[in-house]
Amino acid sequence: MATEMLTIDNLNKTFAVPSGDVVALHNIGLKVKKGEFITIIGPSGCGKSTLLKIVAGLDTGYSGTVLLNGKEIEGPSIEKGFIFQEPRLFPWMTVEGNIAANLSLKNPEVRKKVDELIELVRLKGFEKSYPRELSGGMAQRVSIARALLRNPDVLLLDEPFGALDAFTRSHLQEVLLDIWQTNKTTMLFVTHDLDEAVFLGERVVIMNPRPGHIRNILPIDLPFPRKRTGSAFQELRRLVLNEFEKVEEPLFEIGAGI
Amino acid sequence: MQASAEEAVVSTLMKKKNRAKRRGLSIRATNVLLGAILPLTLLLVWEVAGARGLLNPILLPAPSEIWEELVGLTASGELAQHLGISVWRALLGFVIGGGLGLAAGIWVGFSYKTERLLDPSLQMLRMLPHLAIAPLFILWFGFGETSKLLLIAKGAFFPLYVNTFLGIRSVDGKLFDVGRVLQFSKWQLVTKLIVPASLPNIFLGIRLSVGVAWLGLVVAEMMGSSSGVGYLINDARSFSLTTVVFVGIIVFAVVGKLSDSLVKLLEARLLRWQDSYKGDGIS
Repeated sequence: MATEMLTIDNLNKTFAVPSGDVVALHNIGLKVKKGEFITIIGPSGCGKSTLLKIVAGLDTGYSGTVLLNGKEIEGPSIEKGFIFQEPRLFPWMTVEGNIAANLSLKNPEVRKKVDELIELVRLKGFEKSYPRELSGGMAQRVSIARALLRNPDVLLLDEPFGALDAFTRSHLQEVLLDIWQTNKTTMLFVTHDLDEAVFLGERVVIMNPRPGHIRNILPIDLPFPRKRTGSAFQELRRLVLNEFEKVEEPLFEIGAGI
Repeated sequence: MQASAEEAVVSTLMKKKNRAKRRGLSIRATNVLLGAILPLTLLLVWEVAGARGLLNPILLPAPSEIWEELVGLTASGELAQHLGISVWRALLGFVIGGGLGLAAGIWVGFSYKTERLLDPSLQMLRMLPHLAIAPLFILWFGFGETSKLLLIAKGAFFPLYVNTFLGIRSVDGKLFDVGRVLQFSKWQLVTKLIVPASLPNIFLGIRLSVGVAWLGLVVAEMMGSSSGVGYLINDARSFSLTTVVFVGIIVFAVVGKLSDSLVKLLEARLLRWQDSYKGDGIS
């Protein structure tokens, strides 16, 4: 199994709260192949963001195995690009400055790659703009370019389009697929949007809460580009939805995603 | 397709901004006129009242007399000499006090341990009024430059200290996570994140410190000195030369405002990126 880039096995995580311990993740197991596009969907409180933060190295104190390229995760690093729900740009840097961040634009190699990425995320003409001059979708594209500049082995996306309007969101989904097909970057994409999960993922990981666990992993065997209106798409969407309906309580809450 | 729509919106916004820039000149002229209405009216009323003999010239000389005094003092070079000394004192005191305040603010801002160690004592010192501490300085260092500079520096220290500390502590924790993910070094964390993020507060501290340095200067020069604008005022007061007192006050006001404008100009350049409320009716 040499092609596996990310291996998660028997991962458990508990949060200590005043009233006792809360199990956030219970026995999580997932193997991700190099270049694969995985979407993780689940209601709020199912631990999907926690799982992503553990892989990113932003969250520690778990038990079990998390291996990236066969190595234990040791804190955050540029090999694991992370896209937050908000763009989190540095307001005092221009678009190109934000993408380069701690790398120097005077370095011709960096300069060249930044220019290519600006082209890739379709922000040509906005290199010198400050974040306050950008729309939400443009800002999020800058943050994607910022992560891509570091050539990450895996791109971790934590509901990156959750705060955007429907038009911008579907546009950015296409941009992301474009990037994935060009760069072959492994993607781990957390969302609470059913359509988004089925539209993007080669496999959809379905998580449920109390305690956070993986309920099922569904392969989406549809060629890209996918048509949301197609009957096959709708059928798969229904399949994913069914996984949730087996639970009695209403699961999807407004404003999900912590 | 949606992208181009999105970008079109942004580029129209930018075009609007350019048009606004062209209009900017006339707006600035209007602003200057608007700001001048109140003081000009006051001056006019004052002058007319003085000319009609309604005012006691010892207590409140007319603007034209003050102007004559200003011209005279400037021509003789007396004013320039006093002003030069005052500016030098204020600047030196500000650099010493403000510099130390900035350094202390950064140090205390970075470390919770240092905060617990230093901040309580510094806050106590902050509350000591100039006039209470001036006699001690004179006792220790005499009437010379040292006691004056110390007094100015003491004043300039605290605004920069408090605001730098505040700026560092209010850096968005979410951006620290970005720094971690991008593997910023400690040094990059300071230069790329903490300093730029606290710059608005540091500038506020600088402006307040510059103001306080001027205030401290007057106290220092009035408590015993043979030069400087503060001395000029004090000396003129004892001879009832009210016009000279007014000239001194005006010089303080003008130079104070100029130094503040200088800092503001620098601030506007360095904080271009800021996206904050600029007050109603700016367009």
